[in-house]
Amino acid sequence: MKHRPTVGEILQAKGVSRRGFLKYCATTASLLALPPSMIPRIAEAIENARRPSVIWLSFQECTGCTESLTRSASPTVEGLIFDAISLDYHHTLQAASGEQAEAARHAAMEENDGSYLVLVDGSIPMANPGYSTIAGISNYDMLMDTVKGAAAVVAIGSCAAFGGLPGADPNPTGAVAVQDLVTDKPVINVPGCPPIGMVMTAVLTQFLTFGKIPDLDKHGRPLAFFGNTIHDRCYRRPFYEQGKFAESFDDKGAKAGWCLYKLGCKGPTTYNACATVKWNGGTSFPIESGHPCLGCSEPRFWDKGGFYEPLSTGKFGSGAKVAGAAAAGVALGVVAAAAGRHRQAKYTEEA
Amino acid sequence: MDLLEFARGPALQVAVYILVAGTIWRIVGIVLLGKKPDFSEARSSGGLGAALKVIWTRAFTAAPFKKATLYPKIMAYVMHIGLFATIFLFTPHIMFFEGWTGFDWPGLPNSVIFFIGVATLVSGFALIIRRMTSPVLKLISNFDDYFSWFVTMLPLITGLLIPVRALFRYEDLLAIHILSVALLLIWLPFGKLGHTFLVFITRGTTGMVFERRGAKT
Repeated sequence: MKHRPTVGEILQAKGVSRRGFLKYCATTASLLALPPSMIPRIAEAIENARRPSVIWLSFQECTGCTESLTRSASPTVEGLIFDAISLDYHHTLQAASGEQAEAARHAAMEENDGSYLVLVDGSIPMANPGYSTIAGISNYDMLMDTVKGAAAVVAIGSCAAFGGLPGADPNPTGAVAVQDLVTDKPVINVPGCPPIGMVMTAVLTQFLTFGKIPDLDKHGRPLAFFGNTIHDRCYRRPFYEQGKFAESFDDKGAKAGWCLYKLGCKGPTTYNACATVKWNGGTSFPIESGHPCLGCSEPRFWDKGGFYEPLSTGKFGSGAKVAGAAAAGVALGVVAAAAGRHRQAKYTEEA
Repeated sequence: MDLLEFARGPALQVAVYILVAGTIWRIVGIVLLGKKPDFSEARSSGGLGAALKVIWTRAFTAAPFKKATLYPKIMAYVMHIGLFATIFLFTPHIMFFEGWTGFDWPGLPNSVIFFIGVATLVSGFALIIRRMTSPVLKLISNFDDYFSWFVTMLPLITGLLIPVRALFRYEDLLAIHILSVALLLIWLPFGKLGHTFLVFITRGTTGMVFERRGAKT
């Protein structure tokens, strides 16, 4: 039998120092809200884990999720951890194509039946199977065939988790999320457009360490990363409390780093780890760069009104309907007054 | 459509339509009703001046009742001024009105609004406890009084829960808050809360009638 190196051996071969590796384990434990005593367990589990087989399926997507993971400025430990899994099928990254690629997928499924992970990015078109196919196989058929022997399914990105952009109104392809189709396997949603690379690897790390899926919120997202709103952890929050808001992207408030609520920030209703984990190796996150949060890790964020419309803006309906209501009010008032006058006249006569 | 979208969308729209139709119905109905014939001899013309005078004087308690009504008067002032501040000087509310009317104005810091909100809530409870314990007030109170108090306090309570993230998640609390506002808007024209837009019309009318009859106002 072919020797499958452990993740620890692979990281060592790639030149990751012990200090760097333990730092990663400590960060992951912290992100997962685990006590420091769990750090050695994480380290041990990762070091000794046989490369888990992962099949990555890409459906109606833009490859942004893969880019988020692979295009980091420099190789990070979490990136290398991802290298250390046995990514047996990923049609953006793999060299094989056509029948060879499909053969690799089937081989991985047979060899690791019941223990492999399926990662999916992109939504699945249900209006017509021909809208998106891989090697002549519809996305739906490939997903349902692949998840049969999977231990768990991880929906990477908002398209796989919630339908995303392809599912936005009017949803021409009938796009659905993974959780709409896969009901007999654990499904972990890691949404975002794209999701944070560290969050993706930390979810996998937790699965490797404990062999079970993490605690999830009502949208199937790991609570460790999606338990707080961006607003709750935002460094601009004190300005919100003080009532100091940027009114435009280039005014005094924007330059002073005031709250972006008035510019449409969806931070108060968006659950994600951007404000704590940050992007590009911890450099910053969108709000830190001066742009409001779009709420990309929330279901149907494309259809929740304008990106630059403040959250507190109500949708009052059309002016014509309000005018219609006013006209109805006038008509009712006239009728009520006429009835009142009639009653008054009657009583006066009787008196 | 999630709860917040429903609250911000259809629920708020229906509430606004009912508020507009109901308010105009009440005002037009009262204005066009006309006055009952008054056969008494006029002591005075009872014009606009009389109306404005009573609108002003009724803001204060008449001397003989000052001591007896001091406590409810203070509570009522705190509650009304507090409601005004929390509704119109809280920045997210100002943005809400700006989205509706196109106008905006300066707001107060959130911490100040929170303090005012708590004071308003305390005064609201003080008033309802007095209503429920005073033998006279109990006798003259009906469902309208209690329900009007309830729909007024509900948005205040749900609004105060949002910053402390109590009981539910932010978006659910916000949705519940907006739904409670929708309930207030729907009830406002029909019950005693109609005094929001009728207070000056009724006081002015009272002033004109009293002055015509020679009563001291």
